[in-house]
Amino acid sequence: MSEAHLISPSKAVEARPVALEAKGVWKVFGHGAGAFGQLPASARTPEALASAKLVGAVQDATFRIGRGEVFVIMGLSGSGKSTLLRCLTRLIEPTAGEVRYDGADILKLGDKPLVELRRRRMGMVFQHFALLPNRTVLGNVAFPLEVQGTPRAEAEARALELIETVGLKGREGRFPAELSGGQQQRVGIARSLTTNPEFWFLDEPFSALDPLIRADLQAEVLRLQKTHTRTVVFVTHDLDEAIRIADRIAIMEGGRIVQIGTPEELVTRPATDYVRRFVAKVSPARVVRVSSLMGPFGGGGVTAAVKADATISEIAPELVTATGPLAVVDPGGRQIGSLDRQRALATLAAGA
Amino acid sequence: MADILARPDGVAAWRRNWAHAVLPLAILAATLFIQGPLAHLPDWAVVPLADWVGGGLNWFAREATIGGVKVADITRALATAAEMPIDWLKVLLAEGWVTGAGFNKMHIAPPLSWLGVILATSLLALRLSGRGLALLTLLAGAYLVFFGLWLSAMTTLASVVLCVITALALGLAMGIWAYRSPGAEAVLRAVMNIMQTVPVFSYLLPTLLLFGYGPSAALFATVVYALPPMVHATVLALRSVPAETLELARMTGCSRAQTLLKVELPVATPRLAIGLNQVVMMTLNMVIIASMIGAGGLGYDVLRALRRLDFGAGFEAGMGIVALAVVLDRLTQVAAHNQSTGRRGLWKRRDTAIAVLLLLVPTAASLAVPAFATWPDGWTLTTAPFWNGAVSFINQNFYGPLEAIRTATLLGVMNPFRDLLLAAPWSAVVLLVALAGYALGGLRTAFSVALLMLFIVVTGYWEAAMSSVYLTVLSVALALAIGLPFGIWVSAHPRLHQPVQLVLDTLQTLPTLVYLLPAVMLFRNGDFSALIAIVSYAIAPAVRYGMAGMAHVPSERIEAGIMSGCTPWQTFRFVRLPSSLPTLILGINQTVMMALSMLVIAALVGTRELGQEVYTSLARGETGPGIVAGLCVACIALVADALLKSGAARAARHEGAVHV
Repeated sequence: MSEAHLISPSKAVEARPVALEAKGVWKVFGHGAGAFGQLPASARTPEALASAKLVGAVQDATFRIGRGEVFVIMGLSGSGKSTLLRCLTRLIEPTAGEVRYDGADILKLGDKPLVELRRRRMGMVFQHFALLPNRTVLGNVAFPLEVQGTPRAEAEARALELIETVGLKGREGRFPAELSGGQQQRVGIARSLTTNPEFWFLDEPFSALDPLIRADLQAEVLRLQKTHTRTVVFVTHDLDEAIRIADRIAIMEGGRIVQIGTPEELVTRPATDYVRRFVAKVSPARVVRVSSLMGPFGGGGVTAAVKADATISEIAPELVTATGPLAVVDPGGRQIGSLDRQRALATLAAGA
Repeated sequence: MADILARPDGVAAWRRNWAHAVLPLAILAATLFIQGPLAHLPDWAVVPLADWVGGGLNWFAREATIGGVKVADITRALATAAEMPIDWLKVLLAEGWVTGAGFNKMHIAPPLSWLGVILATSLLALRLSGRGLALLTLLAGAYLVFFGLWLSAMTTLASVVLCVITALALGLAMGIWAYRSPGAEAVLRAVMNIMQTVPVFSYLLPTLLLFGYGPSAALFATVVYALPPMVHATVLALRSVPAETLELARMTGCSRAQTLLKVELPVATPRLAIGLNQVVMMTLNMVIIASMIGAGGLGYDVLRALRRLDFGAGFEAGMGIVALAVVLDRLTQVAAHNQSTGRRGLWKRRDTAIAVLLLLVPTAASLAVPAFATWPDGWTLTTAPFWNGAVSFINQNFYGPLEAIRTATLLGVMNPFRDLLLAAPWSAVVLLVALAGYALGGLRTAFSVALLMLFIVVTGYWEAAMSSVYLTVLSVALALAIGLPFGIWVSAHPRLHQPVQLVLDTLQTLPTLVYLLPAVMLFRNGDFSALIAIVSYAIAPAVRYGMAGMAHVPSERIEAGIMSGCTPWQTFRFVRLPSSLPTLILGINQTVMMALSMLVIAALVGTRELGQEVYTSLARGETGPGIVAGLCVACIALVADALLKSGAARAARHEGAVHV
């Protein structure tokens, strides 16, 4: 897990070029939703929404996702997270707002460029897999290329490559009905990556699976992300999953994004009571990083070296065996500070 | 039922009770005083719609031109075009390639040998299903061959195949259109509802008028008849494609055509296959009726035997249709089942080679041994004398008791009920039915049922319609009284489920006319035979829905009932019955629809109601009355449908769930 976090501290995220940007995105349902979208941005308030008897599935969503970042949208059912994801891919037409891919607003695209964008640059994994029951594993994985008119041999070669990557080699002749749920979603993952997309959307991909398989597939996603970094938008209702996978998490409540931050920020500095209740069960040691507790480089007296971007629970063995402060090193191995053992142990004990 | 349907709360309940009790009583009391035009519509008020329709159609078929081309020429050209593929199929299956006639007759190529066709079909059955179906196919084929029905059967099969293909293609196209455009769907649904409820006989005549007597007229009539279920199945099948799968199509950038061909249709195939099965069954149902306007084959054999009163021969040919129907039904059902359970790759390339060999070797052999081409007449079996003997034996020895049953029912129940309905003033009946519509479904339902009833009144078919209602009500009541309790009883005995289901499936594959035969054999012509035939036809859905209703009761609720200390009767009364009520009402609805569709067929045994009007106008060649009387039957069906569906919806609302 720690490798995946090499790229994740929040400062690094800020430094990344922006790949995907949402600006004041609204999705409103009800009679007269279109008129609401025409209002000036300042007039689009929850009160105006209520008085017009409209339902705001997504309200004023604004955020930036950096290239290569894993951005998790998280919330309970009905919070609008899946709708927001579909607004980003324009599977659902937003009522108002802008969705920019590398600066270009996808909502202004015509049909042809939109199809082209989806074909070449996007991949999506679905909650209930959305496999085509009449096609074999190979046929399913090759499907996106087939639609683009790629020659059959080439498409199948690429598909076989991906089937091997997700660990289904030897099963390419099976039909979806002959696979377990976990295997089916592996097919879904392979299919979403056939076209080697830059943007990878996952809509509650593992919530239909049982916990052990879910953990396997989370590891699979992290591994794929490590070998080939993509800009990922991942929707889930499972906080543990979000913490495990995310660089940053956006928490949604009733259509609004109430806080965006790294797992550590959410746990240590929840913005609202809602977020506080949400993260109350998370032990801080799982999310707090060494760099957050690191003191200035005092020199001398250190017993072991730990990485700056490791979480406290990851360095628990070192903490237990150490007798004094620990040296903190950057990825290059240079010492950049020291960690007070007592303080780290206190974090480890809190919420355990 | 009333205490379940109506739960008083406040003002609405007062209004409902008012509608429930006071008004009907008032209307009933008023009927005693209604006289004159409000009781019986005077002749001057009748709209001569039948004349207009008849005249209009005649003009359309004979005089009308579209862009300078006569409609008659277009339809005749269509008929000729449709005849070609039928002829090819006949050459292949039944007649062989023949040129010239009389002394110059030359056999160029023999038809596919019966042996080859049976063996190849059995191989298909073996691969798709297993030994059971393969054996059934062999037996059915053997029956057709040994009883000398093979040629007729293949003629029938040729037209059935063509009808099914045409209905399938048209149904798919219309279904896709309806699925894509909500406006088209509303229009199509209205048209399909009418098409499904107008009796078949009504549009035989217009087809005759347009296409002339012959196989192609039969083809068009059959396609019209078999189309609605396919359209319906297509819309349902496409709707059943999961939203996520459609999103997948959009995310991978599928074009409209790609979405349809690569995603929607393949994913919907299992349900489409169910539609195919229905089309096949509807087509076979039409075989006998279509032979009235020129389809040859088994249907014509049955019809000819009926006209000669040769019950034995009619029975044999009828069983030939059943044999064909059972095999085609099972094959398409198995195909649908395999699709939905993901069993694939059952038919291999090697099997195609074997099938071709099985077809070609006996056919080639038939050049040397003619028996392989046509089963020699001298070797055929027949049981007709036996059946005819049995019928005359029963009539000679049991005439007394049978006649006593018939007369007692007619005089004691049927005639008084009919007289009561005929005596009721139309205005009061319309008001009462509209009131029932209001109580069950609200103002809209009340309004539409009233309009439908008024159509019957103003076209002057009120009395015939009341006679139809009397036969329908009695036979539905009887079918329900037997079928529902039986279905409920069966549902409690899981071991009986499969055999009963099999019997029901088989009953549904029998062509409607087959039901008439035993009734007429035993009870001669008349309303009583019609009643028996209708009841035996309409009993299947009653049993089916009785079983389904009970099967849908959530087991947790039953457990809750048992744990609260309910006796079995209390569990039934307070848990099972309320939970299954919506399904049961839909079962009643289905039973009514089946009864109405049989009603018109029953006209063949001499009833006096709307069906008879339709049938006689067919016999006399009067287009107008046939169509308008048919529309009146459709009106009755639509009224019953509206009332019962809103009743089911209300019951389901109380239940908090609709399991339709």
